[in-house]
Amino acid sequence: MTEQLDAGLVAQEIAEHPDALSQPYAGGELGRGRRRKEDAKLVTGQTNWTDNITLPGLLHMAVLRSPMAHATIVSVDVSAALEMPGVIAAYSGADLADVMGASMPCAWPVTPDMVSPVHTPLATDAVRYVGDGVAVVIARDRYAAADALEAIAVEYDQLPAVVDMEEALAEGAPLVHESAGTNKCFLFDFPGAGADYAETVAGAGDDVVVVKRRFIQQRLLPTPMEPRGVVVAPIAAADEFTMYSTTQIPHILRVMLALTTGIPEHKLRVVAPDVGGGFGAKLNVYAEEILALVVARKLGRPIKWTESRSENYQATTHGRGQIQDIEIAASKDGTILGLKVELLADMGAYLQLITPGVPVLGAFMFPAIYKMKAYHFTCTGVFTTKTPTDAYRGAGRPEATFAIERIMDELAAELGRDPMELRKQNWIKHEEFPYDMIAGLTYDSGNYEAATEKAEKMFDMAGLRAEQARRRESKDPVQLGIGISTFTEMCGLAPSRVLGSLSYGAGGWESASIRMLPTGKVEVVSGATPHGQGHHTAWSQIVADSLGVPFEDVELIAGDTQSSPKGMDTYGSRSLVVGGVAIHKATGKVLEKAKRIAAHLLEAAEGDVEFEKGTFTVKGSPEASLTIQQVALATFAAHNLPDGMEPSLDSDYVYDPENFSYPHGTHLCAVEIDTETGFTKIRKYVCVDDIGKIVNPVIVEGQIHGGLAQGIAQALYEEAVYDAEGNLTTGSLVDYLVPAAPDLPHFDTGRTETPATSNPLGVKGVGEAGTIASTPAVVNAVVDALRPFGINDIQMPATPERVWRAVHGDGADRAVAGTVAYGGTSTGSTAGAASSESEAL
Amino acid sequence: MIPAQFDYVAPTSIAEAITALGEAGEDAKILAGGQSLIPVLRLRLAFPTVLVDLGRVDELRGVSEDGASIVIGAMTRHSDVLEDPLVKQYAGLLAEATATVADPAVRHRGTFGGALAHADPAGDLAAVALALDAELVAEGPGGRRTIAAKDFFLDYLETALSPDEILAAVRIPKLEGSWGYRYEKFNRVAQAWAIVGVAAAVRMDGGSVAESRIGLTNMGSVPVRASAVESALSGASDLAAVRAAAQSAADGTNPPSDLGAKADYRQHLAKVLTGRAVAAAAGLSS
Repeated sequence: MTEQLDAGLVAQEIAEHPDALSQPYAGGELGRGRRRKEDAKLVTGQTNWTDNITLPGLLHMAVLRSPMAHATIVSVDVSAALEMPGVIAAYSGADLADVMGASMPCAWPVTPDMVSPVHTPLATDAVRYVGDGVAVVIARDRYAAADALEAIAVEYDQLPAVVDMEEALAEGAPLVHESAGTNKCFLFDFPGAGADYAETVAGAGDDVVVVKRRFIQQRLLPTPMEPRGVVVAPIAAADEFTMYSTTQIPHILRVMLALTTGIPEHKLRVVAPDVGGGFGAKLNVYAEEILALVVARKLGRPIKWTESRSENYQATTHGRGQIQDIEIAASKDGTILGLKVELLADMGAYLQLITPGVPVLGAFMFPAIYKMKAYHFTCTGVFTTKTPTDAYRGAGRPEATFAIERIMDELAAELGRDPMELRKQNWIKHEEFPYDMIAGLTYDSGNYEAATEKAEKMFDMAGLRAEQARRRESKDPVQLGIGISTFTEMCGLAPSRVLGSLSYGAGGWESASIRMLPTGKVEVVSGATPHGQGHHTAWSQIVADSLGVPFEDVELIAGDTQSSPKGMDTYGSRSLVVGGVAIHKATGKVLEKAKRIAAHLLEAAEGDVEFEKGTFTVKGSPEASLTIQQVALATFAAHNLPDGMEPSLDSDYVYDPENFSYPHGTHLCAVEIDTETGFTKIRKYVCVDDIGKIVNPVIVEGQIHGGLAQGIAQALYEEAVYDAEGNLTTGSLVDYLVPAAPDLPHFDTGRTETPATSNPLGVKGVGEAGTIASTPAVVNAVVDALRPFGINDIQMPATPERVWRAVHGDGADRAVAGTVAYGGTSTGSTAGAASSESEAL
Repeated sequence: MIPAQFDYVAPTSIAEAITALGEAGEDAKILAGGQSLIPVLRLRLAFPTVLVDLGRVDELRGVSEDGASIVIGAMTRHSDVLEDPLVKQYAGLLAEATATVADPAVRHRGTFGGALAHADPAGDLAAVALALDAELVAEGPGGRRTIAAKDFFLDYLETALSPDEILAAVRIPKLEGSWGYRYEKFNRVAQAWAIVGVAAAVRMDGGSVAESRIGLTNMGSVPVRASAVESALSGASDLAAVRAAAQSAADGTNPPSDLGAKADYRQHLAKVLTGRAVAAAAGLSS
């Protein structure tokens, strides 16, 4: 052995360079409001965005997109594009048919008979939404590529657009996929784990009130700060490829690319470099990723594609897009009997990775925090000639939460009850946990009473209600409304067995590795891929706390299938709840081994060695101690380890959760509505979130704020609008209104802490809470303000014009919806069931 | 997105700029702050052959005093207009409206003259120029000429400037004495264009309106002067009278129906916002 490996010399080296020596662990990392260690790099531009990557010989790809929502492709002629300066190649869909794979993947066949149409990265037979790729140009620079797109001649034979979901399902409707013979993608029927809904309502005799509503979940455009992009670097001689992509899911992407293109998985490395947000829209396998890969293989040159914002709005998946017919039945005393939900879910033109699974995930969330006897959920997936939908922050859960929290307010109004009192009457009491929900989930913990009590105190409910009464009394042109959302969600996706039972194509585990370096620093490898969440910081805190090393001594390795080879990536508020727990468990394995080594070095029985704040001591002999860094160094030198022990202080752990986690909270919103203009101003927003144990309150605050912004955006601002021809008319940030800081109120945030019992950290996840909870809180507030005008619903976004028309219109413009029926009347899906007691509002 | 190819000229004087514009021919475009033009180029909605960038023409920048007017160089950036003491003193309405233009980043690049020459009726500043009876100074091969604001805006994105002319400066008569002002902008998010905007300047005399000037943003293909309201306001001394006068705000307007709002709602807003703008400018409250 050379002397460089002598532990004594290394120790001496470290002693002479005290900076290299770790400071002792001071404790208290979990729950500490650390500034995010990744931010200095991000805010000073020392980043590695995909579009920043340049490689020798890099070529640029541009995609020609369909200007029509629906048309047969008669011909595509790229010959003139090939004559343009700087153009290397140009391909139509037909040109790439042999190499681009038979179809892009949909990993979630929600029913056995689901229609899963062929979806090639470039259209070959027909285009089915504005933005559908038709051809690509490969050129020496972006400008030449963009110019050459205009030289491609495409002849289309226009077909009718299919924009409206109900029209799409009507007899004789034009078909998005002719060969499917229908626009219906699937019918998912879920009767819940309780009694039959119709029987329950009928069995209640006269003691029942049924309230029905139709809510529209408008389409939303996810709008991450960084649009998508991809760079593929081939090593032609070895037929090997490295793909850099703005993806949330490098690991899943690698598997899917291998399956789709036939390039062997081990010849493919996928890297998610710095990624500027995703919100679910980068949880996918996209056409441009496959195209860049197969073109790079064909040409043997590196290929880059970077999306523009307008392209992003057409070619990146959209969110939401549902028509929700919801019916709630309760006894006249307000006790909920049952809930019936019929969804139409807009798939768009094709199925992307988990398109059909998103609305189906909502099936488990409609009953929310309420006890009931019966629940029935059906969802019909519908094809339209629009951009495919897929996950968007919350993915199925915001839609469900909106519907239940809105209809709870309507039920309260119908019964003349205070909406919070009605919730309290029906929610699961804290002493009733764990609770088996009617939708089949088991909620491990929760305390809705505590969160609500705290929120009401922060909000000054009594004062605001008094002000509301004064304004109503004086017919003040500015009316006040108060909205409630007592939400829960399922996070920590997911127990693999549960995913299997839902026909999802993969598991829900997460992987972590801990590598203690010779100098006592720690590398943590995670299969969760960060794209803005603060993983570097939060994981450092978990590792520091477990191993007793300083926060600064921990580095994260993630987002690269070569260096973090196993993972299920980041979505569904899972990184901490699944990935963080995996890290925690991996540190436990390292610690266990370190303890054995320490005992050996200290010549003590393992049972006598204690560990606290990074130091091993021997019971009864306080002078005999070793720091974990000293143990790491001794392990590296390996001069004196227990017999047969591997000389390493590393560990791997793959954690598969036993249950979801169930964050919950109470959000309260007060709005002022200027009835002369219809403008809604959020006067006060209070939220108390119970997300279990907290690793970093600064990150939590950021997640809550961002989530609230996106949820409020759905309530008041954002809407993807299509015209009758299937054109996205809100195709840029000029028309698609993303609110910014000046448009949003101060957020009064609070927390209660009911630890999850299903994982050792007691954590629940926070990435989607704000988005899920806030939309119904705001809309409930708007409707509350307008109730004296006879208004009992307003379509989202509640724009000033919609509000003004609702208040001042002649009735035709009012978004009044739904029916109420009393007694044992028919509760079929026909609005205004024919009964002398039914009352159309 | 990626603009189509164009040539680029960056003159350093007005004379050079006029020459460059003449040489560039019909398909040239003048680049001021670029806050409207660059997006149009990126989206390939325009294909100019030459861009004449006025960014280096220092003589087009700055605010000066000239007798009863202040003169604002066409290339003065919004952020400089906002901070200028002469503007604050004599054209506070312009400062107030400029503060509502888009966001700080845009205001640091966009220019006053560029905004007027672009003639977007949804832009905030055209209605202000109209309300303040501004004069626009154009310079071309034939020399200088002055165009009154009411004659300058011809149609949607169309002005009285001829293709060989440059907007050099804007003269704004000083508002001196007991003038109050208010720009009421109604938009859905702070960065967005106005759905409707009302620029009002009101001179009070003995507690009643002696004189008023009201310009409307986004109520037609050009900025509109609410003349009927101005007449009706004469002598108004309380809120009720102001609101009654404001009922004429939409008279003769033909606002667009688009994603932002339908025409009838815009007309309704014009009345409400005019009432509020005038009341604030006149110092009347309920």
